Amino acid sequence: MNLRVSVWRGGSDGRFQSFEVPRQPSQTVLDAVTYIQRHLDATLSYRFACRVGMCGSCAMMVNGTPRWTCRTHVDKVAGEGALELAPLANMPVVKDLVADMDGFFDKWARARGEFVGKRTRADDFAVVDPASPERREADAGIECIGCGVCYAACDVVSWNPAFLGPAALNRAWTLVNDARDTAREVRLAAVAGDAGCHSCHTLMSCTEHCPKSLEPTRAISGLKRATWRLALTAADE
Amino acid sequence: MSARREVVFWVAQRATAVVLAVCVLVHLVTMIYAVRNGLSAAEILGRTRGSVAWGTFYSVFVIAAAIHGAIGLRTVAAEWLRWRGESAELATTIVGFALTIAGLRAVAAVIGAPV
Repeated sequence: MNLRVSVWRGGSDGRFQSFEVPRQPSQTVLDAVTYIQRHLDATLSYRFACRVGMCGSCAMMVNGTPRWTCRTHVDKVAGEGALELAPLANMPVVKDLVADMDGFFDKWARARGEFVGKRTRADDFAVVDPASPERREADAGIECIGCGVCYAACDVVSWNPAFLGPAALNRAWTLVNDARDTAREVRLAAVAGDAGCHSCHTLMSCTEHCPKSLEPTRAISGLKRATWRLALTAADE
Repeated sequence: MSARREVVFWVAQRATAVVLAVCVLVHLVTMIYAVRNGLSAAEILGRTRGSVAWGTFYSVFVIAAAIHGAIGLRTVAAEWLRWRGESAELATTIVGFALTIAGLRAVAAVIGAPV
């Protein structure tokens, strides 16, 4: 039995093109895309690297839902034996299934997603208690693979294109809870405001769709509390 | 700093939501209790006129609703109409003040002495 796969072709003004792909046992959505590219149309563009859910590069819209395709089984999502594949939502289309993730990662930088330490290689290792509440909070969000699924699932991003998005805010929250980091206040100021955590409506689409089962909504709530505490303590500035 | 203002607005909206939750509950329960045997406008005014307690309660209710509504409209304007910036801030601030004035006038009419 064949699988009917409808694939987005071209840029933002493109259209869907249909392919017939043979069903295989334990076939993933990425397997189906790779079959098309290798056997049916070599001009199809898509992204993948690790194929085992580590790199975060193969995410796309599968029947309207953002998913990591390398670990999404066709059996799970092709109800009527049909798949509709499109590039990730909330991002410009480069070509076919490739979305432009520049804006997505620029927002990580805007959310001050880089670690800022003060130790040098001459200093001893920092000792961080793994059981401390801060470390537990950081651990809860640290496994993000940057796939963009949460960003594509987020309604607030579609309403407010400047919104930093769940992934960047989740990253900021892990750093806010990093005892070694020295840029806490600058980061909290960067994630507050119209484009930051306060725009989140707690719809929880990010948490619902995250393939790593992270909870960006929880991270964003943490940022809201932390920015409020900072606003209180810095009120005399 | 605009970021701090956003933080203050966010907290103000949640704080007023808590106030409104209590106010709406008290308002509904009182209304249902008061009209259980049928009630006329004159009877209501007879109980509310000159009451400092009801005057305070409904003034808090009105102010919380005005703050909550104005901040909410500001968000709606930004997300649904893509209307941001000073003009949107000014418009929603005016709505907030208009709600406050209209609401407090109503409170004054119910609580104040007969004219």
